[in-house]
Amino acid sequence: MTLKQKIGAAIPYVILVITVLPIVVGYFWLVLSSFSVSTEGLRSTGFTLSNWSFLREPPFGRGYPSIWRVTFNTFVVAISMTLTVVIVSSLAGYALSRLNFPGRKSFLSLTLLLHAFPSVTLLIGIYFVLRALGLYNTLLGVGMVMIGFELPFGIWLMKGFFDNVSWDMERAALIDGASRFRVWGEIILPTVKPGLAALAIFAFISGWNAWLIPRTFTIGAGQQATLSVFLNNFRSDTVAVQWGTVTAVGLFQLVPVAIFFIFTQDLLLSIYAGGAKGGT
Amino acid sequence: MKVKLENLSKRWGKVVGADCINLDIGDGEFVAFLGPSGCGKTTTLLMVAGIYKPTEGYIRFDDRVVNYLAPKDRNIGMVFQSYALYPHMTAFQNISYPLKLQKTPKEEMKKRAQKVADMMDIGHLMDRKPAQLSGGQQQRVALGRALIKEPQLLLFDEPLSNLDARLRLTMRAEIKRLQVDLGVTSVYVTHDQVEAMTMADRVAVMKEGKLQAYSPPDELYDQPRTLFVAGFVGSPPMNFLDVEVVRENGDYHARRKGFDAVVPSDRGEKAAGKGNVILGIRPENITIANVGVSGEIYVVEPLGRDDLITVHIGEASVHVLSDPTLGLRMGQTVTLGFNTHKVQFFDPQTEKSLLWMD
Repeated sequence: MTLKQKIGAAIPYVILVITVLPIVVGYFWLVLSSFSVSTEGLRSTGFTLSNWSFLREPPFGRGYPSIWRVTFNTFVVAISMTLTVVIVSSLAGYALSRLNFPGRKSFLSLTLLLHAFPSVTLLIGIYFVLRALGLYNTLLGVGMVMIGFELPFGIWLMKGFFDNVSWDMERAALIDGASRFRVWGEIILPTVKPGLAALAIFAFISGWNAWLIPRTFTIGAGQQATLSVFLNNFRSDTVAVQWGTVTAVGLFQLVPVAIFFIFTQDLLLSIYAGGAKGGT
Repeated sequence: MKVKLENLSKRWGKVVGADCINLDIGDGEFVAFLGPSGCGKTTTLLMVAGIYKPTEGYIRFDDRVVNYLAPKDRNIGMVFQSYALYPHMTAFQNISYPLKLQKTPKEEMKKRAQKVADMMDIGHLMDRKPAQLSGGQQQRVALGRALIKEPQLLLFDEPLSNLDARLRLTMRAEIKRLQVDLGVTSVYVTHDQVEAMTMADRVAVMKEGKLQAYSPPDELYDQPRTLFVAGFVGSPPMNFLDVEVVRENGDYHARRKGFDAVVPSDRGEKAAGKGNVILGIRPENITIANVGVSGEIYVVEPLGRDDLITVHIGEASVHVLSDPTLGLRMGQTVTLGFNTHKVQFFDPQTEKSLLWMD
């Protein structure tokens, strides 16, 4: 390889490194700060574990939830959101892709519209609805609203995956003697596995990281708080912000998602590569 | 099992898939649906399979109307062009899936799957997934899956179209032999007229949703009932010339500018006095001769066993199959002899045969 070729091959990497650098620096600071008394730029003024004391005792005093309670809440919301979104989307997506029923077209455009709708504009309306139903400041209420916002995306995504499954395979299964429901469960679902996995990951991550909806429909850092709300509570207008603790909690929230992501990024990528593999 | 289609139609709004099809299939018969793409042959097949519901008409299995019977209750097997194997299952699981749905005991399932696999010569591939099999092997698995529940009716939807030419020949013969051995009533959809002619007991030719002809292959070839059938069946296709048939001194002459041929009276009399008619003659029924119609060779295409030559006769042109040893060249003038015992005549308006319509 000549020098020229070497330089040519290196250019894309140089560009990539430069673009990624701010993000890497950001994460570096996050980790550094969470173990430091304080930081000056990217320099630590001293090592400490006190920022992580929230793991042992509730940082806002008695009556407020512990981090473990909040983590459990977040898990409940994220997992139930994942399950519901995957189950409902795979059923609805299949119906929209395969069955002919009155109102199919308008239902499709409606879901797309809902997906495109900025959720912020609905917050006040939903607040009144939740109050009326007695679901304000409950995890159930929060979960339902988040599922509602995630479903249009999930349904469209799954419909796309189902559209790519050949009709012949479905017909073959019907002729082989399967009922429509069995065809869906035993033949079609396994071939759209990458889609299901991707949707599950998306739903989990967005449930785990959700802030706007839990923040709006629960009271501050109460027993119903999720991690993002809990984290937000460290900001204060009257007391100096403990940045060390903020970064430690942020890191704590990040870890499960990061682990999850490392194991599933292949599947996530397959969504952008155009859907189901191997099935004709 | 006998199959009978009565006035069978399928429409989606204004789109017509199949238009008033009437057809009888005998027990154990092998019938091919032949036609260009979009002619309604697959639509008709899917109605027989129970995937599409007919808009009008009836489908009878033996004497039972099955219009509203679900596919799974029809006891049929079907093979698709795309193979339609289940990608997440092994060959064994694919083949035995119909039995699994019937809740067949494991032991029996294994035995029957193995029997079918041996018949298909894929016994050693049972643990592989479809992606690890070649096209021909996949098609054998698909065939095995269709056969395992011992169906009373086998449906084929262009099963050989995705295979390479050589394999297609082998599979063609195998399927034909298998069908005879098993004696299963079969319907075979294809756009390949060679496949239809070689395999089927009777061929149903379709065009734009309508049944054009339904007869045994040789009859289809020798006595085409419509212009479309005449042109579609046979390769290279039949030649067509606009002629007028006149009677002179007791002989019937088919004439056009630069062309005059005496035709046998039994055929000639049916076309005489009708003004312009279309004369059809197959390339193998035209020979290079000493006397006859003269024309100029436009192009010579060697096919190996024969040469296909295109000859211009005035403004018309005909395809002729000739002996390669003659060494014919482009631009050469030749004299063509027409085997007029094999000519066909068609009405240019209705496009129906003047000879074979009753």
